[in-house]
Amino acid sequence: MRRLAAIVALVLMAGLPSALHAVQPDEVMHDPAKEARARALSRELRCMVCQNQSIDDSEAPLARDLRLLVRERIAAGDSDKQVLNFLVARYGEFVLLKPPLEEHTLILWFLTPAVLIGGGAGLWLYNRKRWASRREDVTALTPEEEERLGKLIASLSDSTGKS
Amino acid sequence: MIAESGHYALVLALGLALIQSFVPVIGARVKDPALMNMSRSTAIAQFVFVLLSFGALILLHVLSDFSVVNVYENSHSLKPLIYKITGVWGNHEGSMLLWVFILSLFGALVAIFGVNLPLSLRAHVLAVQAWIATAFYLFILLTSNPFLRIANPPLEGRDLNPILQDPGLAVHPPMLYLGYVGFSISFSFAIAALIEGRIDAAWARWVRPWTLMAWIFLTLGIAMGSYWAYYELGWGGWWFWDPVENASLMPWLAGTALLHSAVVMEKREALKIWTVLLAILTFSLSLLGTFLVRSGVLTSVHAFATDPRRGVFILMILCVFIGGSLSFYAWRAASLKQGGLFAPISREGALVLNNLLLTTACATVFIGTLYPLALEVVTGERISVGAPFFNLTFAPLFLPLLLAVPFGPLLAWKRGDLVGAAQRLMVAGVVALVTIAIVWAWQRGGSAFAPLAIGLAMFVILGAAVDIAERVKLFRAPFATSWSRATGLPRSTWGTAFAHAGLGIALIGIVCESTWNIEHIATMRLNDTAQLGSYSATFDGMTSRQGPNYREDIATFTIRQGGALVGMMTPSKRSFTTRGMSTTEAALMTRGVSQLYISLGAADPNGSITARIYYKPLVLLIWFGPVLMAFGGMLSLSDRRLRVGAPKPARPKLSGLAQPAE
Repeated sequence: MRRLAAIVALVLMAGLPSALHAVQPDEVMHDPAKEARARALSRELRCMVCQNQSIDDSEAPLARDLRLLVRERIAAGDSDKQVLNFLVARYGEFVLLKPPLEEHTLILWFLTPAVLIGGGAGLWLYNRKRWASRREDVTALTPEEEERLGKLIASLSDSTGKS
Repeated sequence: MIAESGHYALVLALGLALIQSFVPVIGARVKDPALMNMSRSTAIAQFVFVLLSFGALILLHVLSDFSVVNVYENSHSLKPLIYKITGVWGNHEGSMLLWVFILSLFGALVAIFGVNLPLSLRAHVLAVQAWIATAFYLFILLTSNPFLRIANPPLEGRDLNPILQDPGLAVHPPMLYLGYVGFSISFSFAIAALIEGRIDAAWARWVRPWTLMAWIFLTLGIAMGSYWAYYELGWGGWWFWDPVENASLMPWLAGTALLHSAVVMEKREALKIWTVLLAILTFSLSLLGTFLVRSGVLTSVHAFATDPRRGVFILMILCVFIGGSLSFYAWRAASLKQGGLFAPISREGALVLNNLLLTTACATVFIGTLYPLALEVVTGERISVGAPFFNLTFAPLFLPLLLAVPFGPLLAWKRGDLVGAAQRLMVAGVVALVTIAIVWAWQRGGSAFAPLAIGLAMFVILGAAVDIAERVKLFRAPFATSWSRATGLPRSTWGTAFAHAGLGIALIGIVCESTWNIEHIATMRLNDTAQLGSYSATFDGMTSRQGPNYREDIATFTIRQGGALVGMMTPSKRSFTTRGMSTTEAALMTRGVSQLYISLGAADPNGSITARIYYKPLVLLIWFGPVLMAFGGMLSLSDRRLRVGAPKPARPKLSGLAQPAE
């Protein structure tokens, strides 16, 4: 079946205009919209024998098989979600370059917002506390000090009034 | 003899490092200047011995002495001389030797240029440097000795991995290591400050040039590595979110945060505790990067487990230094006094926001890189974290960051005026909006992302220009006044403007390349033509030739633009006989800052060939941006204020001479 798809693609390709989008010329799908979907999906899938490459980038034979498999499923009328589910059922979650949000990936997904929100809140509280403590220091004038200040201001305005 | 001398020199360096680890600390305890000063001599001597050792390894590679395992495994007598030399750091043992070579170089630089540092601070800094050096000398000597001999020397070597035989790889690792290891100085300063329990604006002024220097090298190193991947790996990608890349990105993000928080500390004595923590974290991430790349843990957790000697040793170094420094920090940080207060809307506030976002970005890269490893070790489950994850989590953090960048330099210290800053950025904002509209109209619909991102980039670039224009009172004062103000501006101000503009420029390149990249992948027969935008590429046939240690099949393409001949492109495939490996040498044609890119796939016996041809609009801006950032860094580094160690200019006796205002 897979080989058949490749042959079909190869035959179709001969009559295609030059705007080809595929990693190998013989893999391309007839329908440009479907091909675009296949490319987008390929970027989400890992070539499992490579080090951190998507099947879209990889030249490994396995990546090619997976690319053809993706196109086969799309040709069979699967939605993007169904294609991904099919591949996960076959190869495990390892095949997804963007792990789904599940119990064991909670930390992975929520660390970023946690650091951002936690850090922001921490900074805000800390800053407020420091300003508050500073304000206490500043505003704490004793009654005697108030009196002295009043006298000073009074004497100052006296002296300026005289001159 | 050469190998044994190199080995012996390294052992001597270890001895010196051990002396330097203890004697200056004791000297600082008993306040004995002679003991404290000893660290200078040992640091310089250490450098000399590591230089000898490193030189010996280079000489062995140049002479193709295959009785040495390292040379046999990574060299070949027919390899061109330049790759015989660069092959020294193209392998594990040699690259570790380069690592300690750079470490000892920085130690010697502190010893030589740190003449105006307080004696005890310098003694402590060099002692901490020696602790790091001791750990890595031991690592090399015990687990990764590059000078081991083979009893029965073979006649020919196994050659270097062909994708490493490239000029880009000649310069990339030393640059990167200068960055990684350069942060060890900030780390040593931080630990020394914690030991002394004293930290002030002067400390920040000493630390900043070292941090800046490391940051410049790391920036250039990462950019160069990215460009290398772009032209050498053959599919035109320039960033893959590969763990190895992430390992270098993490210290860069933390180091960038450190640079900014050190500014606050220097000017306002605030954020002291945080700056010290960042200095520790930045170098810890450099160590982590070294561990990730050098232990083999990335290839597979299992491979790591089967030959754990090296990995466990680096892991131990990692635990001792990171764990030790963080616990020491927790214990001593409270003894550092907090500095000046500031309102949330102020230059300090903007720099704190910068730090928050950069640290979060760093944490994202950290978790994305290490989580799969941790999960596999703990539960055995295997997951992949790749580009789609980082695009979703990392990229959004840069949006607010870029929006805030132009505001930062326009806000006053302590208490800023956000509305005033916004008014001054009005022009930049309007131009950005117009840019968004133009790009939107030009691409006729499509995703809104590209126009918005380009508008944002314009805002960042023009924001940097506005900062300078405001400072020199451009158009508000006579031109001559503006000119004299411009020449009188501190170079660090120019540095900031260039570095921030570089960020915007890189963003334009990234967005344009990823949005409007044209790709054409086809099996081409003789005289077939591929059309890419206004360019056409015609396949003219194949030739082959014999290189020094490879065979090369070269395809020739004629490039025309609108019918007019532009030039020829000659992508090729090289097969290296010794390793039985082949590499794709992509052909690049630069048109302005855009590039045409051809790389070859499989060749058919009937004369047709699979070619991938790309037109990558504005792609060069991706690397021009970081180069501009590094240039800004260098300008800032050349600022008089930061030239540590430069003798203070003698004040003229005559007070009638006008002093230039700083």
